Order: sequence, then C-alpha cells, then structure tokens
Amino acid sequence: MAREMWKGNEAIAEAAVRAGVEAYFGYPITPQNEVLEYLSHRMPELGRAFVQAESEPAAINMVYGAACTGARVMTSSSSPGISLMQEGLSYIAGTEVPMVLVNVMRGGPGLGNIAPSQGDYNQICKGGGHGDYHPIVLAPASIQEAVDLMPVAFELAHKYLNICTILIDGSIGQMMEPVTLPEMQPVIRKEYDWAVSGAKGRKRHLLSSIYLDVPTEEKVNLRILGRWREARENEIRFKEYYLDDAEYIIIGFGTAGRIALSAVRAARAQGIKVGLFRPISVNPFPYKRVEELCKQAQSFLVVEMNTGQMLKDVQVAVRNRVPVRFYGRLGGVMPFPDEFVTEIQEMIKNPGKPEDDPADLWYQRMIAR
Amino acid sequence: MVATIINPENLVYARPKGFTDTPSHYCPGCTHGTAHRLVAEVLEEMNVLDKAIGVAPVGCAVFAYNYIDTDFVQAAHGRAPAMATGIKRVWPDRVVFSYQGDGDLASIGMAETVHAAARGENITIIFINNAIYGMTGGQMAPTTLPGMKTTSSPNGRDVETQGYPIRMAELLATLDGAGYIVRRSLHDPANIRKAKKAIRTAFEAQVHGLGFSLVELLSTCNTGWGVTPIQSLAWLEEHMIPAFPLGDYKIAPEVAALKI
Repeated sequence: MAREMWKGNEAIAEAAVRAGVEAYFGYPITPQNEVLEYLSHRMPELGRAFVQAESEPAAINMVYGAACTGARVMTSSSSPGISLMQEGLSYIAGTEVPMVLVNVMRGGPGLGNIAPSQGDYNQICKGGGHGDYHPIVLAPASIQEAVDLMPVAFELAHKYLNICTILIDGSIGQMMEPVTLPEMQPVIRKEYDWAVSGAKGRKRHLLSSIYLDVPTEEKVNLRILGRWREARENEIRFKEYYLDDAEYIIIGFGTAGRIALSAVRAARAQGIKVGLFRPISVNPFPYKRVEELCKQAQSFLVVEMNTGQMLKDVQVAVRNRVPVRFYGRLGGVMPFPDEFVTEIQEMIKNPGKPEDDPADLWYQRMIAR
Repeated sequence: MVATIINPENLVYARPKGFTDTPSHYCPGCTHGTAHRLVAEVLEEMNVLDKAIGVAPVGCAVFAYNYIDTDFVQAAHGRAPAMATGIKRVWPDRVVFSYQGDGDLASIGMAETVHAAARGENITIIFINNAIYGMTGGQMAPTTLPGMKTTSSPNGRDVETQGYPIRMAELLATLDGAGYIVRRSLHDPANIRKAKKAIRTAFEAQVHGLGFSLVELLSTCNTGWGVTPIQSLAWLEEHMIPAFPLGDYKIAPEVAALKI
C-alpha cells in the first residue's frame, strides 16, 4: 500500500470507512469538522448512512438507535460537543450496545478555544455520563496510529458491548503526515441475539437502560463490570522507547507522548539514560507495566497537556515507590520538546522524594514563572 | 377459558396479535391503553409486526414495549426521533415508529422532533397530548392550557410568566419534510375510529416512503387533571379541542393518493 499525505481527521474518517462503519451521525465542531465533512460524501457514495444532526445530543442518540441494530456505528466531536453527548453515552453504556467515538480534544473548560489539549482525559476515561460504566479509550500519538486503531476500536466495541473512544487532540486531527491506509474491509453485520431488526421468525428483542427492579439493575451493573474486567485483562496497549537501559522514564500519552519522544532523543544525545513509556490504552490504563517499571526507574516524569489527570493513574501504579515529577501545559498550549528536556535535567538534579505531591510542585513552578 | 365459550362467528372483539397479554400499569381511565391498542391493531392489519421497531419515550409510556409486541428500544427523554432516525437509516425497509408524550416531544425533544420532520425522516410518531406531565406527577407541560392548574402552575398557567401552549401539529405542518400531520382525539368511539384511520395512514405513508408522519392524539390524564375518567373525557372535549382543533394539517398529495 502506498504512503500518502493525509490530514488526520480525514484519514480517521477513511480508516473508519475501511473498517466497515455503516452509519455515522455528527455535528460540526472545530477541530473535528473534517471527519464529518469527509464522511458527508464518502458514506452516501458507498450507500451507507450519514446524517448531520441538529445537535450533539441528537447525533449521539442517532448513534444510540443505530447501535441497537448491531451495525458498526460511530460519531466524532470535540470537547464541548462531547460534553453534550454524555447523556447518550450513559444510555448506550447502560443498554450495553457498541459504538465508536472519536474525540478530538480542544482547550477548555467552557467554550475554551480550538487549540490542542488533553483536558478531557478524566471525562472520557472515568465515565463522563452518569452511572457506573467504563468506556474503552485508545489514545494514538500519530495519524498512522489512529488509522491503525480504527478497526481495533470497532472490534473492541463489539466484543465488549461498550463504547470505544479514539482520544486525540486538535493537532493530530488537523496536521498532515504520510500514512498507509489499510485495505477496504467488507461490511460485517452480525446477527446478534440482542439487536433490533424486526422480530421476523424469532422472539422480539427489547433494548433499554431502565431497570426499575433494583436487584436487576445491580445485576446489570455487575455484568457491565464483568465485561470491563475482561477488557482490563486483555486490552492493555502501550509503546516503549529506549527503556532497555533507562534510569529515568517519561510517561505521556497522545501528543504529549509524541513530543516527549523528541525530548528523550535530545536528552539521550546529552548522554542521559532516559526512556519513554507511552500508554495507548489509557482506559484500561497499563497500571501493572508502570508498577514493573518502578523497579528500573530512579524517577518518573509525567507530561500532559492538562493539570495532571493521567498523573493520578500513574501515582496509583507507582504508590510512592519512586519519586514522580509532573509537567503540564494547559488551555491549548502545546509544550516544546525543550521544555521536557529541561524538566528531565531538573529531575536528575533534584529528584525529590517519593511522597512529594508532583502536581503541587508543578503548580508552584508554573505560577512563579 | 374464555376462548372456548366464544363462537368464532360471533367474535367481534379480541386482543390484537400485536398486543401482549400484560396487565396495564396505566391509571384506570387513561387513554394510553386505547392509543396502544390502535397502534397494535394497525401494525397487525398491515402485516408488519415482524418488521416494526418501536421507540419508547420517557414518560408514562416508557413501558410501551410491555404492551406493543414488536422489537423495541427505549430512548432518553425527548430523543426518540433521533433514535428512530438512527434505526431507520440502518434499516430503511423496516417500519420504525416512536410513541411520545407532550413533555417528551414538545418540550425536551422539540429539536429532535422538528428536525426529524424537517429532514423528512421516514418515520412515524404517535404523539400523545394530554396537556400535562403524567409520570412525574402532574407538572405543567408545553401543551398545558392557559389558566390550567398543574402541580407547577398551582394557580393556573399564567401566560405572562409561563407562556402559551404549543400547537405541534400546526407547527410541524409548516415543514416541507412532513408528509402527514394530523390531530385526532380519543374521547369517544367515533373519534377513536378516526384516530385509528389516521394511524393507519401515517404508517402507510412511511411504508410508501412519503416522509415524516405524525398523529397527534388528544388524550386524557384524569389522575393528573384531578377528575374522574368520565369527567376527563368531557373536559377534553370542552377545553382541549377548542385549543387544539382536530383536523388534517399536512397531507402531502402522494399521501392523499394512497388507497387505504
């Protein structure tokens, strides 16, 4: 397959098409508009469903309806739009039907701006909508990785009857890079024993998230948790760089992880034995692997484009075994590799203590600037 | 066994095939049961029970699927037209309908309703207008009449501060995507028969791909209105019909040409 220049949002849209997405419903919001625009011509061309909805709540509820048919279905949006979709996402989780969500994060809170941010990690990974549920979240760091994860996202959503989110930020959505797109896959519509299609020759199917009988609702919650525990066991994904001899380890996901790789290479050029651990499945988070890395690392540096949201997950894994340092940029500011290199140097000079609060120390440094 | 003592030749009334044998959870006197039955009868008569997919609302009819015996999904409050859109776009040859009350359809779901109609979404909506929120205990609805007492307009709906009722059939009829928009009532047998015919026409419009169809049914909520079932039927006729005139608000020429 040829390597071609693609814009992130369009490549993701085409990758979804090739992964057999049958229905897309969305609403314009920057910086994800190109997903919607691209699919507005590509889906009808293939005889597949596309609707530009009147709002994000409408879009996610169209997704909800289509998901109830068992078709491969997706939507895409960006931070404020994702907030509007939380109602539908909770219903979809509660009804146990599969869907793929692409979230192209931007600066917030509120209307914020249209610059790249990672401020919605908690919202996406920890549920967002009401009730106990755990969406699967994959965070690619390049357009190629996003493209490669699209079929995986559909497979995971259908395997675990769950929401699978591709979590990127505006920079991955908007930039262009060379990518190899996968071959077109045939549309797969399985005959699920739960999907609605008209009760021809079978008992009727009912799909709902209402369980007025409280013990039944508890059982449903346990069933949802059971599938999540399975996903937690089987679906951990991460990438490691220069870790073989690394004494210091940076942890970052998505764009922050990608920038960190440049920083690691620059620091290596200075003779610093530093490596990068980049979680791809941020939910389920690779806690065990981070725990193992505590044996090797003298300290960790967590980098994010938020106030330290993934940091909390790292701290759960590290459990004060070694010092953790944090560095974040906020509100749509993209960090430069140099900033991370400086942080690595500072960390080596002053590693701190394992019980230090990295988010607090970072905040003190930020306001002292 | 009732079935054994009935002479089949004399049978004039039976449970439709599309209606499950489930004790009703609706209040005695409520017209939801009538509306449910009409939908079940029509789907059976059209022979589409095995290709119909219903979308239940949030409100008293949240359990519509306990009675109407087809595949069913249950939507978030007001989102049934969006959910029906998602299903219909994946299964264009299925019969997709939602069943919604006034709070669901005309308040929280106003955008979903209007835009489904504007898109000419090929779905059918059965809209129950009883001028009140029944399930949550009788609060003011977008269709509550001026001066009407509810638990959230205890002194009567004051149009100065609480606005005016919305006439959905009239509003939707202005949209080019709407193929069939009518208002009927369930307060007496003659009107119930007219309502059934309208429901049939609405589903036929969908089967023939003629765009968005909606039947608004003026209904009673004797519990929420604080009257007896019989009083509620009289109240509907006396107060609701003048405010929400019965009639055909939009019948596309293709729908009018259907032989039913």
